[in-house]
Amino acid sequence: MNDREQILSRIREALKVESPALAKQDRSAGDRSAPVRTSEEPRLAGDLGRRSTSDPRTFMPPVGASADDRLNLFQLHSKDLRTELIQAADPADAKTKLAELAAREGWKKLALHAGELVAPACEGLALTTLRTDEPYNVDDLETCDAGVSECEALIAQTGSVMVTSRTNGGRALSVLPPHHVILARRDQLVADLTDAFARLRAACGDSFPSMISFITGPSRTGDIERILVLGAHGPKKLTVILIG
Amino acid sequence: MTSPAKLFKKQSAAMARDDRHRQWVHKALSGYEVKRDEKTALFADWQAARTAAAEMKRQALSRLDELLVELETNLTARGAKVHWAADAESACRIVRDIARARNAKKIIKSKSMTTEEIHLNGALEADGVEVVESDLGEFIVQLLEQAPYHIVFPAMHLTRHEISDLFARVLGSTPTDSPEELTMIARAALRQKYVRADIGITGANFAIAETGMIAVTENEGNSRLTSALPACMITVLGIEKVLPRMEDLAVFWPMLASVGAGQLISGYNTLYGGPRQEGESDGPEEYHVVLLDNRRTALLADAEQRDLLHCIRCGGCLNVCPVYRNIGGHSYGTTYAGPIGAVLTPHMRGLDEFQHLSYASSLCGACSALCPVRIPLHHHLLHNRRNAAREHGSWIMRFAFRFHAKLSNSRLWWKLATKLGRFGQKFHWLIKGTFLDPARPWTATREPPKIARQSFKEWWRKRS
Repeated sequence: MNDREQILSRIREALKVESPALAKQDRSAGDRSAPVRTSEEPRLAGDLGRRSTSDPRTFMPPVGASADDRLNLFQLHSKDLRTELIQAADPADAKTKLAELAAREGWKKLALHAGELVAPACEGLALTTLRTDEPYNVDDLETCDAGVSECEALIAQTGSVMVTSRTNGGRALSVLPPHHVILARRDQLVADLTDAFARLRAACGDSFPSMISFITGPSRTGDIERILVLGAHGPKKLTVILIG
Repeated sequence: MTSPAKLFKKQSAAMARDDRHRQWVHKALSGYEVKRDEKTALFADWQAARTAAAEMKRQALSRLDELLVELETNLTARGAKVHWAADAESACRIVRDIARARNAKKIIKSKSMTTEEIHLNGALEADGVEVVESDLGEFIVQLLEQAPYHIVFPAMHLTRHEISDLFARVLGSTPTDSPEELTMIARAALRQKYVRADIGITGANFAIAETGMIAVTENEGNSRLTSALPACMITVLGIEKVLPRMEDLAVFWPMLASVGAGQLISGYNTLYGGPRQEGESDGPEEYHVVLLDNRRTALLADAEQRDLLHCIRCGGCLNVCPVYRNIGGHSYGTTYAGPIGAVLTPHMRGLDEFQHLSYASSLCGACSALCPVRIPLHHHLLHNRRNAAREHGSWIMRFAFRFHAKLSNSRLWWKLATKLGRFGQKFHWLIKGTFLDPARPWTATREPPKIARQSFKEWWRKRS
């Protein structure tokens, strides 16, 4: 019997004995601070794979209902995470803001991908550019001062940005250069992670990209004395330019 | 060779006496505690979230066979190669064979406790392959040739000065006492390793059956680079990590980060589904996923303790454990330390040899109260004690308890024993802490409690 069959048959044998229900485990956990479970929704065997526990929105960190609530929360998280959030009125303004950023940071070489937001914003910047949505040289990308990309969604609940390998310039663009700049439309700001997954499904159908990454703030580590340091391996700086 | 129990006793006794170490761990974790409580307070209902997470894990495990097959089918459809490994040896062989087939000389790794569990680095190095850990903490302990001190914070026990000395010695860097500069030294040292590596190896925090994806949580971006630059990527994960749907991560990602590191969500939460696709510009051309059993199915067969497989390796129970905080991570001598390690290790490496860990607890229950997936950890310690006594109890222990039962069940003998004890205790100081003292392990460093001058019964009688 090969390892696969061996493992699967062991699992099937093990599962012949049912595990005690969670309610019972709760009592034995001796955790008196835990509230008594009130949600007694029926749990049918056929429903196991679908939303069988109650809606995450009833217990996960809440997000307000309006677009302003979403923006405020994203702003709040960004500040805490040291993500620089720049608001631009329109694509022309975004272009100005990006040029200011390039001047401030003294960029010489920029990595980017083709895109409806990137193209107009980066047009006419007097910088050397490298496209990463077509075959490129890694050593070349390593020497770029910044990477500019679009994203699939911004998430207010956690202050995160969702990028994919298919639509946002591959896998390395958002982690190799020391500064990552994201150009996003205001309507890309969704409430929470659940909504972000819904957006991803709507955009991809059954065919997901090979990598989907939720980026939250610049790269960070606390491995030395638990002291926060930005730019451990990925970018030291993360800037979101929100258009609209 | 010394037994794990003897080694544990010796090391933990030494560490518990080390005041500097105790203060150090206390200081390192004080910031975390504040942040963790801030983040769990952001949840609309943290306790309900724990219940939901536990229930999701329980349901996933209850159809683990289906989910694994579904994961395999979907990963394969996306161009990945799925391997099954019944034990550590088999997993190491699979990875070695991949490395040999690709004639790989350099491997970059991102943090993975599962590969620590199977001692993968040693197996690869035996083939003459250079293996470099890219997580900063792991990189530091690898240079020191130590095991990780903590499952989430591997180098928590080291001061910046020790790290600076280490870097100066091994990497030839200028000594500095700035954590930022030290981080940048490691960053620079590892940059070229990513670019030149033949293979990147990662662990996994979750796997999604429905879409055929592996989810990796990290903060540094090292795992992102490990899976972006080398031409071949390998992920090694325990079979218990599988969840049915992508949306389940909307619950687990924030919970893992809140309890594990005091963050609302970790810096990078990434889903990997297969190698580079048609039309994508970078990423590996080959992607291998190794599904590891290594006694997890045996644990699954133990219905009473099956929920240990819920564990998402957040490390929260280590942080709150008074025993871990005093004896440190290395004293355990196991891959997984702290409460989860104490409960899990006897299952993975033998109850006989590791039953002593079941006693490395004050049974305070801080771990169970914190656990994001509601594993009743300290109850499982008691289960292990019971099982150990049943299966491997010594005659001396059996005799002692039988004697005690006889004594305490007889009014006459009990009265006599307490009277004698009261009398005998007057002379205890003569032998206290010496090898003649029957209570030596306790009295060597502590004052024994005084037997009351009168029993409750005597007091009551006098009173009326």
